[in-house]
Amino acid sequence: MAVGILGQKLGMTQVFDETGKAIPVTVVQAGPCPVTQIKTKQTDSYSAVQVAFGEVRAKSLNKPELGHLAKSETAPMRHLREYRLPDVAQYSLGQVLKVEDLFTVGQIVDVAGTSIGRGFAGYQKRHNFKRGPMAHGSKNHRAPGSTGAGTTPGRVYPGKRMAGQLGNARVTVRKLTVVRVDAERNLLLIKGALPGKPGALLSITPATIVGQN
Amino acid sequence: MHALEIIRSIEAEQLKQDLPVIHVGDTVKVGVKIQEGNKERTQPYEGVVIAKRHGSSNATITVRKVFQGVGVERVFLIHSPRIESIKVIRRGKVRRAKLYYLRDRVGKATRVKQRFDRAL
Repeated sequence: MAVGILGQKLGMTQVFDETGKAIPVTVVQAGPCPVTQIKTKQTDSYSAVQVAFGEVRAKSLNKPELGHLAKSETAPMRHLREYRLPDVAQYSLGQVLKVEDLFTVGQIVDVAGTSIGRGFAGYQKRHNFKRGPMAHGSKNHRAPGSTGAGTTPGRVYPGKRMAGQLGNARVTVRKLTVVRVDAERNLLLIKGALPGKPGALLSITPATIVGQN
Repeated sequence: MHALEIIRSIEAEQLKQDLPVIHVGDTVKVGVKIQEGNKERTQPYEGVVIAKRHGSSNATITVRKVFQGVGVERVFLIHSPRIESIKVIRRGKVRRAKLYYLRDRVGKATRVKQRFDRAL
């Protein structure tokens, strides 16, 4: 794991690359994220870096939260996230992480966030089941069909796809390319779609590639 | 700056400033850059604009022409760097925003009446 940055999704647009191709990008306003706590093996039995994001009024936070932020002398911020690292020696309390320090154009990143909540969704929307016929006397429109065999086994197998909550879950979209880094406005342009609606909180980290890190 | 303003400003960088005002029904000549091996050249494409879609940096025009008796329609992303030039040759007088009815017509019926109150 490497340290990442927190950001807010702003929306999607498209930009042209040097060959003239239109690239779909999501605009993310990421950072600056001050380091608010450094956890080490000795003090917390694991090592991690905690960063803050999203400036708010002091009124919006309670005293314990303000006290915690005061230790690193950061302004009141809404979100706190930890990134687990094997080695935290290069980070210091109050150090500010910015997009231009962490990311470069062309880098591969993973983006985690909360997907759009769709509530209690049926079979068609949640699992892409086929629909029954709408006419010719059919009363089977959006029903699930069979959920399994009869007396043997006499129960529905666990994991059977059924209706239920869809979305509003933590989702990581992996291996996305950074198209542009705007240090002045703290913007990241990332190729492709990211979880959630505009305004959603996202965590952007350098990609974890299996077998490499 | 708010989210929408930031996105608008990113799109504004992509926009071409020298595009002519294109209306549906106009006859246009589009210079398209094409790659041949490692050489690049511009190929002209001429026809009637039968539709305009989207806005901002994603704006497109659909240009229809009849080539060797076969109707050809191409969609051009007008702000794309691959479109070298767009030139309005003739202004057309039409009463629709989408001229899809031209697809069903052949010969003389496909002509679009010229209008003279708009400058080229």
